Amino acid sequence: MKSSNEDRIYSDGNRRENHEGLKAWLNPSRYGWERISYWLQRLTGVFLLIYFVGHVIETSSLVDGKDAWNAMLELTQTTWGHLFLILVIGTSTFHSANGIRLLFTETGRGLGKPGRPDYPYSPVSLNYRQKSGIWIALILAATAMLYGASILFAGE
Amino acid sequence: MTALLSIKTRRTKLGHDEKKESTLEDSRKVVHLRVYRKNPKQDKSSHFDKFEVPVQRWTTVLDALLHAKEYLDKSIAIRYSCRMASCGSCGMKINGIPRLACYTKISEIDGNIITCEPLPNFPVIRDLVGDFSDFFDHHGAMEPFIHNQNVDIIDKNRLTEFIQTPEDVENYLQFSYCIKCGLCYSACPSVGSDTRFPGPQALAQAYRYVADNRDDATQSRLNIVDNKHGIWRCHFAGSCSVVCPKGVDPALGIQLLRGHLVNFSKNDKKLAESRTRDLGKT
Repeated sequence: MKSSNEDRIYSDGNRRENHEGLKAWLNPSRYGWERISYWLQRLTGVFLLIYFVGHVIETSSLVDGKDAWNAMLELTQTTWGHLFLILVIGTSTFHSANGIRLLFTETGRGLGKPGRPDYPYSPVSLNYRQKSGIWIALILAATAMLYGASILFAGE
Repeated sequence: MTALLSIKTRRTKLGHDEKKESTLEDSRKVVHLRVYRKNPKQDKSSHFDKFEVPVQRWTTVLDALLHAKEYLDKSIAIRYSCRMASCGSCGMKINGIPRLACYTKISEIDGNIITCEPLPNFPVIRDLVGDFSDFFDHHGAMEPFIHNQNVDIIDKNRLTEFIQTPEDVENYLQFSYCIKCGLCYSACPSVGSDTRFPGPQALAQAYRYVADNRDDATQSRLNIVDNKHGIWRCHFAGSCSVVCPKGVDPALGIQLLRGHLVNFSKNDKKLAESRTRDLGKT
């Protein structure tokens, strides 16, 4: 595997020509719900990574004393702060629920069994269980966001 | 009964397609073919040429391209051979989706503008013809042949039968229908950003041999795919299975292969091997 194959690929600067690169995962529109789920999983993953960095910065403000911490907390008490937190709730719920579905698929569970393909071909791996899993993750995320909004905006 | 039902279902689906097609005029109509043109040896830039091609309801995209090549512009470069979805030569991006040109009827496509581009993730040799070198290298790296230490394949006098039950065959049969057309490779988002990733075709072929109980090189194949540019780069977007024209379902093969890697799926093969051993004794 680590072979002449890799050497050949990288000895020629044109190997990446016509490769889609980031465009491949930024465009979820052409291949059905599984591709949309892949796109959302990545977007929510990147968003949560950025959130966690921000969260570390936020909590580290404790080092600068009580006033600094309260000033940082006030940022989350604004309308935009609430909207951001609702987004965090939605993305983390979707990412977790869909991630659990993917953990099962990565061990070969819930995919169906190989068999004789018969026209018109319908891939068993993209079955109703997978599609249901994606919808459940979306519905859970939407429900969590609505619940979060009802709590956060209740006092206003 | 099940067979009868499946035949009935298929007939219903075919009937539906025929009904859809019959809404098209039987007389000839004209479609606008937009063909990607690029000749890297002469010019690095690319453009689209437009052709008006007469079609009938059974005309495929390949037929339309060959009409354009024969009567309008002989310099269009296309790779094709069997015209019946068996050779896998005429893969291209048709209206944004990787498909076989010989397997795609114009009547199946909405609108009368057909845009033909080379498959993404394959360097362009010329026009619609891509370079499959990497793709075949990845395929070859999976050692796509039976390894069996107990069978002498050199000495013909010592040839041994491989015994398999129909159930054993069904474990890998669908993956052996791969025609290496490259559609799955071009639809895969991981291939798009990592040229060292073997891609769905090669990984599904690795599973095809892992699932075959005549093969005894499971561990070495798992070692081949288990690296940082290997099977873990698959994120189950499922696009490979959506575009596969032969029902191979590479995404299924890849996930099952991962099951073997994390020790979830070994029992299937062990059961098959013990069944075969029992058959050999009787």
